[in-house]
Amino acid sequence: MYYNLPFIIAAVIAVIGIGAMLFRRNLIKVIMGLSLVEAAVNLFLVALGYRMDAIAPIFTNAPGTSMVLPTVQAMTLTNIVIGIATTALLLSFTMIIYKKYGSANTDTVRKLRG
Amino acid sequence: MSMSKIVRAAADIIFVFILTFGFYIVAHGHLTPGGGFQGGAVIATGFVLLIAAYGSRALLDRFGKEWFRSSEALGLLVFIGTAFVALFLGATFFANWLANGGLIFGEAVAFGPNPGDLNTGGVIPIMNIAVGIEVLGALSLIVLYMLSGTEEGA
Amino acid sequence: MKQYIKAAVLLVLLAAFLVPTLSLDFGNPAETSLDDYFIRYGQEQTGGNNIVADVLMDFRGFDTLGEATVLLTAVLAVGLVFRRLHKEEEYEYE
Repeated sequence: MYYNLPFIIAAVIAVIGIGAMLFRRNLIKVIMGLSLVEAAVNLFLVALGYRMDAIAPIFTNAPGTSMVLPTVQAMTLTNIVIGIATTALLLSFTMIIYKKYGSANTDTVRKLRG
Repeated sequence: MSMSKIVRAAADIIFVFILTFGFYIVAHGHLTPGGGFQGGAVIATGFVLLIAAYGSRALLDRFGKEWFRSSEALGLLVFIGTAFVALFLGATFFANWLANGGLIFGEAVAFGPNPGDLNTGGVIPIMNIAVGIEVLGALSLIVLYMLSGTEEGA
Repeated sequence: MKQYIKAAVLLVLLAAFLVPTLSLDFGNPAETSLDDYFIRYGQEQTGGNNIVADVLMDFRGFDTLGEATVLLTAVLAVGLVFRRLHKEEEYEYE
């Protein structure tokens, strides 16, 4: 069945995000890598609950009653909101760090300043 | 820090539709795709559009951070309060004490596809509205706070 | 040298993520009894047509409570980070 393409793509996106977090020095790009990992997790969760030839789990004018799994979609919604919260917090910290050090590079930030 | 008159006039017009669409998504959260979080995010986008067109100073003169802060706290309080009422009625925490009761939002629904009735869902529409109010305040506040840290928003 | 270690770590992670996908079957979830219960009885028990909203607000309400609390905490933390101690344009962290 489709050779598990969504799961493979989710794994690749997660590894790209972790690679951005490992190889990039800019704090903004590290946060972008974190957002990529979140997106990969969301894609994995939604793909995990997919059922072949099924519809979204909403009964309003539904054409049938074969539906995809609703619990993983609720988990995805929770994950999106928590992702927004963490991203906003990390970006605020990055703004403070940029104001204090004049740079968002981790090599510059590593030196302590009083 | 406001933009040109064309942008401001267009933002005035589009803001009404964004608000209507957001409240539609919140109010129909138990019938159609959407819900409190999505609708609240849409409404917060409308406020961000106003900030982009007029600048945060003009928006804060009209609403103020207290407005968004109290909307966020009010949403969370209504959410928890709705869950707590079930305890006083003898049910468990977060029990759906309005469903199939015949009162407001209490219309009984049979299994299977139906055209959808707004007067169903028990506490789900109430919690959707509460979460929508909370998310609209929270996301607008995040944007306002982060803007106050920049040079032009200070 | 450090770059090669990082690349090796990434390759190991990619392999560790790709191996479990072989055992998964897209379009045919393995364990569905809980979700089948939600789909079959969620509409009658809660009255909402949107099963995702039923799961989010009723069956798993504690998740949504924690989620809303996380959002409130994040907004409080962002407000603390950008707080202004005095009325003038001076920030606390400068």
